[in-house]
Amino acid sequence: MKLLIRGGRLIDPANGIDGQYDVLVENGLISRVSERISDETAEVLDAEGKIVAPGLIDMHVHLRDPGLHHKETIETGTAAAAAGGFTAVACMPNTVPPVDNRAVVRYIIERARNAGIVKVYPIGNVTKGGEGGELTEIGELKEAGVVALSDDGNPVVNSEIMRRAMEYAKMFGLTIIDHCEDPYLKAGGVMNEGYMATLLGLRGIPDAAEEVMVARDIILAEMTGCPVHIAHVSTAGSVRMIREAKSRGVRITAEATPHHFTLTDKAVVGYDTATKVSPPLRSEKDREAVLEGLVDGTIDVIATDHAPHAREEKEVEYDYAPCGMVGLETAVPLVAEQLVNGNILSWSDAIRKMTVEPARILNLPLGTLGTGAHADIVIIDPEMEAVVDPDRFYSKGKNTPFKGWKLKGWPVCTIVDGRIVMKDKRVLAGR
Amino acid sequence: MLRNKDLLGLREMTADEINLILDTAASMKEIIRRDIKKVPTLRGKSMVTLFYEPSTRTRTSFELAGKYLSADTTSIAVATSSVAKGESLIDTGRTIEAMGTDVIVIRHSAAGAPHLLARNVKSRVVNAGDGMHEHPTQGLLDMFTMREKKGDLANLKVAIIGDIMHSRVARSNIWGLIKFGAEIRIAGPSTLIPAEVEKMGVRVFNSVEEAVKGVDVINVLRVQKERQKKGLLPSMDEYARLYGLNKKRVALAKPDALIMHPGPMNRGIEIDAETYGMSQSVIDEQVTNGVAVRMAILYLLMGGRSNEAVN
Repeated sequence: MKLLIRGGRLIDPANGIDGQYDVLVENGLISRVSERISDETAEVLDAEGKIVAPGLIDMHVHLRDPGLHHKETIETGTAAAAAGGFTAVACMPNTVPPVDNRAVVRYIIERARNAGIVKVYPIGNVTKGGEGGELTEIGELKEAGVVALSDDGNPVVNSEIMRRAMEYAKMFGLTIIDHCEDPYLKAGGVMNEGYMATLLGLRGIPDAAEEVMVARDIILAEMTGCPVHIAHVSTAGSVRMIREAKSRGVRITAEATPHHFTLTDKAVVGYDTATKVSPPLRSEKDREAVLEGLVDGTIDVIATDHAPHAREEKEVEYDYAPCGMVGLETAVPLVAEQLVNGNILSWSDAIRKMTVEPARILNLPLGTLGTGAHADIVIIDPEMEAVVDPDRFYSKGKNTPFKGWKLKGWPVCTIVDGRIVMKDKRVLAGR
Repeated sequence: MLRNKDLLGLREMTADEINLILDTAASMKEIIRRDIKKVPTLRGKSMVTLFYEPSTRTRTSFELAGKYLSADTTSIAVATSSVAKGESLIDTGRTIEAMGTDVIVIRHSAAGAPHLLARNVKSRVVNAGDGMHEHPTQGLLDMFTMREKKGDLANLKVAIIGDIMHSRVARSNIWGLIKFGAEIRIAGPSTLIPAEVEKMGVRVFNSVEEAVKGVDVINVLRVQKERQKKGLLPSMDEYARLYGLNKKRVALAKPDALIMHPGPMNRGIEIDAETYGMSQSVIDEQVTNGVAVRMAILYLLMGGRSNEAVN
């Protein structure tokens, strides 16, 4: 089984490549990368005018499986990933039951093997039940296959517990991913604190709710030496502190989401619950700071925080709606439109933040198209224009604030271990 | 003519629309003063009040407004506790609509709830207060009262005192009054001043004395005891001492300055009994004007154009 991807612009940041190259795939692995390859026995994919890159990795996804199948399943979530150009996702542990023990980790890995369309890497809880009290059996979770630890939406508030978690996780080389948000400062807020919240009469969440916990995590990361990854950075203050910490060599990394680098709290006008997300959409000054962080490398990764919810859960009063928006199927065009077409990042830098960087943080043998590597590949058509239509999402979640947006630059083919799983926006059968 | 199907807030209304409502309310007030307070204008029309928060005066005011115009009115009180697990707002709204309701008047503790309802029903929706967002009919009745007493809203100096942060009344007053060129000052403790509120076009004071100096109107807001538990206020006593309206503070305003309060009052906290009883206090009259303004709104929303209603 051979596949020849011909005539594309190969962007492989791991190997410093950006140019016209053909790629030959054999038995699920990259067998050759060269300026011109001929092989009459291979199936040929014409990639002329398109970008060929390592399959994208989304290190922050909610697959809602087990337990929340009305929102998403491993099957639908990985189909959405394939549709969006992702070949691997790391899934957050706030499922029912949560990923705080070996059995749930094994379930996810098994389920993904049988029904998953792309690769799935579970993230385990830091504390039992994600309740912020006792540590999970981190050694066992690591053995079972988790790639990182997080209590995601329900962050560890007790700093002593977080300190011990970091000390313990460090022994196993596991990164702690923190959703930084002080629940006391959040104080029931539902959107960014500022003029828009005042105008809309919605309770505001101050920047400080995120920043005090980012500051604490930096201090604890420095103290313990544990690698810490700050999820979905949303404020200028967080960017500034992470930049400063990195300059001193603290083992800290960070991600930003397409919605935080695209939208501001102005999007909440009209009370569209698709705009309700945690952390909230911030001000223009924060959005600009996130862009600067992406440019100067303070923010290592672009991740979506794909958070599907059922329609009836979101079709309620703004105060009552759950937080989160889907992201897998709009990430690439938003990166293309906002970052690449907006002259913020080159394609190569953007792809680096969606391949090499998450692979490095999670210690995954992915994100490269070097000879012998897994043939996980995305082909992007940078000229393709299309309107975001949630009714055509593969995800069960239709909760996107980008509905109706016309965007340019879409993934057109996704390949996992040498097999085409998505072509021309159609997801083909599972692995 | 009102431009929109619904009346959700004063921010998105034009000065012309507001003037139309206030002018129409003047005619309506005349009906309320009659011995036989009923005109057939809205006969065959129906109005449902859907209140997710307790309210006496606003609901009664809407119901009487509807009845004086001969509309059929009924009310649904929803226990707040059943909201989370019970029927969704959209489903409740569609049910009410299916019964042939022309106007739904909604009060809700969640900002934007009337907007959600309005998007999902063909019935006209009137916002009777949504969370901390707006209370447009209160804003209009306050403006009606000010206009009636002072003649013109332009160049009026208005001080709004108290819990601005949680007040939909303050927001509706501000949005409405700035369209007419009034100068608005707000005063309260920093913990009860919403973020970046100056962008609404108001001046912010921590000192009530500074705020009321030379104003034409003092509008006092209700302050709730629960603010103390949330750490926003140390005690009601200290609040009364620092912000409570009393004769001494009123004396700093213009001699004929109006004293207003949207009710219900905490006497002895945000306003003392003596001040409430001053001749320039128009607090009771605000209630009468509320009925007139709501009559005007119901009338205009259901297609009325001129003053034919009073005949």
